[in-house]
Amino acid sequence: MSRHVVAPTSEIPQGGRKLFHVKGRPIAIFNIGNEFFGLLDRCPHQGGSLSAGIITGLLQSPEPGKYSYTRKGEIVRCPWHGWEFDIRTGQSYCDPARIKTRAYPVSTEPGTTVVKGPYLAETVPVRVEEDYIVVEV
Amino acid sequence: MNVQVRPAPATPAASRIAIADCDIHPYTRSKAAFDPWLPARWREHVSQFGSPRRLGMEKGPAYPKSQPNAARRDAYPPEGGPQGSSPSFMVAHHLEPNNVALGILNPLNAGQGVSNPELSAALCRAANHWQEEVWLSASPALRASIVVPYEYPELAVAEIGRWAGRKGFVQVLLLSRTAEPLGNRRYWPIYAAAEEAGLPVAVHAFGYGGGPITSSGWPSFYIEEMTGHAQSCQAGLSSLVIEGVFERFPKLKLLMVEAGFAWAPSLAWRLDKTWRTLRAETPHLTMAPSEYIRRQVWWTTQPMEEPEPREHLLDTIGWIGWDRLLFATDYPHWDYDDPAHALPLKLTPTQRQQFFFENARAVYGLDA
Repeated sequence: MSRHVVAPTSEIPQGGRKLFHVKGRPIAIFNIGNEFFGLLDRCPHQGGSLSAGIITGLLQSPEPGKYSYTRKGEIVRCPWHGWEFDIRTGQSYCDPARIKTRAYPVSTEPGTTVVKGPYLAETVPVRVEEDYIVVEV
Repeated sequence: MNVQVRPAPATPAASRIAIADCDIHPYTRSKAAFDPWLPARWREHVSQFGSPRRLGMEKGPAYPKSQPNAARRDAYPPEGGPQGSSPSFMVAHHLEPNNVALGILNPLNAGQGVSNPELSAALCRAANHWQEEVWLSASPALRASIVVPYEYPELAVAEIGRWAGRKGFVQVLLLSRTAEPLGNRRYWPIYAAAEEAGLPVAVHAFGYGGGPITSSGWPSFYIEEMTGHAQSCQAGLSSLVIEGVFERFPKLKLLMVEAGFAWAPSLAWRLDKTWRTLRAETPHLTMAPSEYIRRQVWWTTQPMEEPEPREHLLDTIGWIGWDRLLFATDYPHWDYDDPAHALPLKLTPTQRQQFFFENARAVYGLDA
């Protein structure tokens, strides 16, 4: 495992997402309330690109006629067949025990820390006054 | 809405098996896309009176499709316009990366099912010109469907006559929800013309028959429409068999497109069982229903059933026949099947070759 600086935090606004390639892997990074999460950008069903899906919430119903809509902005739907994944964990909604897309640990680090290393930031110019998104791959 | 173009698959096309994709949907870039081939008389008519279909108060499909234009959110052309509307992007996004060596175009919303007979015919003709000039020129892999105003069989026959034998046109396209069941004798002239021209008839799910879209009325949910294509297409296929279409037109090739296929064995079993007891009702049938189906019907694969365990699919395909299924992706639609992932099963090299290419070549009689 190594830690990679992929972008300044300002590059992904709240509710946004962006696709990066780290060590040859496509990784979709999501910003939920300024917490960042990384998922392998490949739906385990047929390989759709999750970073191109819509971000939505969790719609559930305890019984017919009653609904709850929670966790707004924390679920991504594959742009192909609509399979739903928990952005925080990569688990699928329909079959969480068996079907998930790989989640990568993501943190944010101040530029002052990043410049000291040992992060890999070949393609991202780092400035001490900014914060950065760091993915562990 | 956030939209991002999907990067091309990492595997270079050359290392992938060449495939036939028997259900690709080209879309119009704008409402004016057919104008170059539509007489002014009909352009004015459309702008003044529209082109209503046999669907009561509906302006489009009866059920919203859950994704914009019923298509993948990652398939918007970079130059703008809806998914599937750019020939060059279709080549770069789908045909090349997936190594599609033969791609069958099935234009929907192309004037079929429009209530005004002559307008329906004019729109279908424009759609055929549009395919020839805009799409066939985009890639040597692409082939066109002759779109016909099937509710007006004499006009449909004229359209078949105009395009049959024209380079690149390989089948006659109908939609599944016709005003009468598909085997009804009012449609026979279409089957006669297709048989004579040596063109398969492809019946694509959907359409505008005007009746409720399930056999027990209008459902509440889109998922019921999606699943219901299987029953609607079973009714259509039963009608084709029982009315004697295959008896009368023994060289006709019929393709069921986007209707699922796992239902095919059980339908054939049930038809055969009932035919044995009621044979005298339909003496015009000289052999068991399943024999007509085995002789003259093929299915495209998408949207493929996904049983658990997946091996059930191998049994099902075995019952139907490995020579009967034509691979299809349905690009750019949202329920697209990816050729690299849609059939995650161990196949013999012969099965794989048949499934992904040879069956299509056999049906279309192409030297592709």
